[in-house]
Amino acid sequence: MAISEHPQHEGGPRWFRLFHFASPYQFYPLAGKLAPWFASAAALLALTGLWMGFAVAPIDAQQGEGYRIIFLHVPTSWMAMFIYVVMAFWSIVHLVWRTRLSAMMAQSLAPTGALMAFLSLVTGSLWGKPMWGTWWVWDARLTSMLLLFFLYLGFISLTRSIDDPERADRAGSVLALVGVFNIPVIHFSVKWWNTLHQGASVSVSKGSSMATTMLIGMLLLALAAWMYSIAMTLVRVRVLILQREAHTRWVRELIAQEGD
Amino acid sequence: MTLTSFYLTVVRRDLLLAWQQRGDLLVGLIFFVLVASLFPLAIGPEPQLLSRVGPGVLWVAAMLANLLALPRLFIADWQDGTLEQLMLAPAPPSIMVAGKLSAHWLTTGLPLALVAPVLGVQYGMDGDSILMLVASLLLGTPTLSALGSIGAALTLGVRQGELLLALLVLPLYAPILIFGSGAVAAVGAGLTGYAELYLLAAIMSASVFLAPWLAAMALKLAVE
Amino acid sequence: MLYWTSWSAFFAMGGYGLYVWGSVLVCALGWITEISLLRRQRQALLHHLRRVEFARGLDKENS
Repeated sequence: MAISEHPQHEGGPRWFRLFHFASPYQFYPLAGKLAPWFASAAALLALTGLWMGFAVAPIDAQQGEGYRIIFLHVPTSWMAMFIYVVMAFWSIVHLVWRTRLSAMMAQSLAPTGALMAFLSLVTGSLWGKPMWGTWWVWDARLTSMLLLFFLYLGFISLTRSIDDPERADRAGSVLALVGVFNIPVIHFSVKWWNTLHQGASVSVSKGSSMATTMLIGMLLLALAAWMYSIAMTLVRVRVLILQREAHTRWVRELIAQEGD
Repeated sequence: MTLTSFYLTVVRRDLLLAWQQRGDLLVGLIFFVLVASLFPLAIGPEPQLLSRVGPGVLWVAAMLANLLALPRLFIADWQDGTLEQLMLAPAPPSIMVAGKLSAHWLTTGLPLALVAPVLGVQYGMDGDSILMLVASLLLGTPTLSALGSIGAALTLGVRQGELLLALLVLPLYAPILIFGSGAVAAVGAGLTGYAELYLLAAIMSASVFLAPWLAAMALKLAVE
Repeated sequence: MLYWTSWSAFFAMGGYGLYVWGSVLVCALGWITEISLLRRQRQALLHHLRRVEFARGLDKENS
C-alpha cells in the first residue's frame, strides 16, 4: 500500500504546502535545526523561572515555604495533560490523512508526556506529605493524573508491542482517540468521587492570592516545560524517522556520509 | 440481507457458540464469586466494615470478571478465519461488532448482575442497596463490554495481549467504577443514587453507540 | 529583590527543605534521564545503521 510521500501539489492552494513537511525526508532536517532552539529556550526560561520562583517569590501565608513545589508541580501537570491532547491531535491527523509522520509524532510525544505525568505525581505527593502526613493523598487531581499516567503507559505499551509498524501506528491512534474522549469523563468522575468522599485536596489554598512574582515564576516554568517537551519530541521523532526509514536511499546516504 | 437481520444472525451465532462452551461462562461467574469471597478473608468478617466496602468490592470483582471474558469476543473467530469472513460480509463491520457485543453482554454482564444479589447478601447489604447494585451493574456492564471490545480488537493477536488489554482498558473503566459503586453507596447512605445512575446511562449510551465503530476500525488492523 | 537573607535559610526552606529540594532533585533526575536515554538511543541507532551500511558495502564487494 504505497502512499505518496511527495504530493505534487505545485499549483494547489497554499495550505497544501504543509504537506511538504509531512514527508519524513523533509521533516528530518527541519526538526534537526529547530530542536536546539527549543532546547536553549527551555534552558533560559527554566533558569529565569526558577530564579523567580525560588529566589525572589515571597512565602505563602498559609503553606509556608513548602508551597514552592507548585513551581514544579503545576508545569508538569499542565504538560502531562497538554501533551496528551497534542498526541490525540496527531492521532486524528494520522487516521484522517494516513501520513506516517503524524503517527511518529504521536509516538514521540508519549514518553515525554508519561515522564511529565510521573513527575507531577511525585511532586504532588511531596507537596501533600507535609500537609497531610502521608506519602500519597487521594486528591482529585492526583488521582486523575495517575489514571492519565496509565493511559500514557497503555499507549506506549501498545505501540511497542505490535511488530507491524502500520498496524502499530493505527492502533495507537485509535487508542489515543479513545483516551482523549475519556479524559474529560475521567476528570469529572474523579472530581465527583473526591467531593463525595470529602477527600484531601492538594492545592494552593483559595484564601491566599498569588503574588505577581509567583505567577510570573509559574508561567516561565510552564513555558520552559513546553519548550523542553517540544525539543525532546523533535529529537525523538528524528530517531524514529531514522529507524523507520532505514531502508530508504536518503537515510543510507546520510549514514554513509557519516554526518547527521 | 438487511442490517437488522445480519445483526440478529451474529447475535444468535455468538449465543449458540457461547452455549456450546457454557463451561467458560460458568468459570467467569465462579471467578466473580471467588474474588468476592476472598476479600472478607483479607479484611476481616466484621459486618459493618463489609457492608461499607461491599459496593466497591463487588463492583471491582464484576469488572475483573468482565475483563477476563473480553478476549472471548474475537480470539476464537480470529484464529479460525471466521472473523475475516464476517468482515467481508456486505454489512458494515460495526454491525457485526455490535452483534458480538450484545451477545457478549448477554453472556457476561447480565449473568454477573443477576448473581450479584447473592454476594450482596454475603456482604450484609440491605435490600435497597442490593437492588441498586443490580441496577448499576445492568447499566454499567454494557459500557465495560463496549470499551473492552475496543481494547480486545486493538490487542488481537499481539503478544502478551491479555495483560496489555488490562492495562489499556482499566483506566478507562474508572468512571464507570466510580459511578457504579457510588450509586450503591449513595443508597446505603440514605440517598437515591439516581444521579449516578443517570450518568451511568449516559456513558452507556455514548459508548455502546461509538464502540462498535471504533472496534471495527481496530479489527481491520488485526485482520489485514 | 531577593527574598532570602541567608544561604542556610534558602536550603532549609522553612522546614520544608526535604520536600522542596526533593522535588527539584526528582524533576532534574527525570529530565536528565530522559535526555541521556534519548541520546543513547540515537547513538545506538546510528552505530547500528553504520554497521549495516558497512556490511552492505562488503556484500557488494564480494558478489
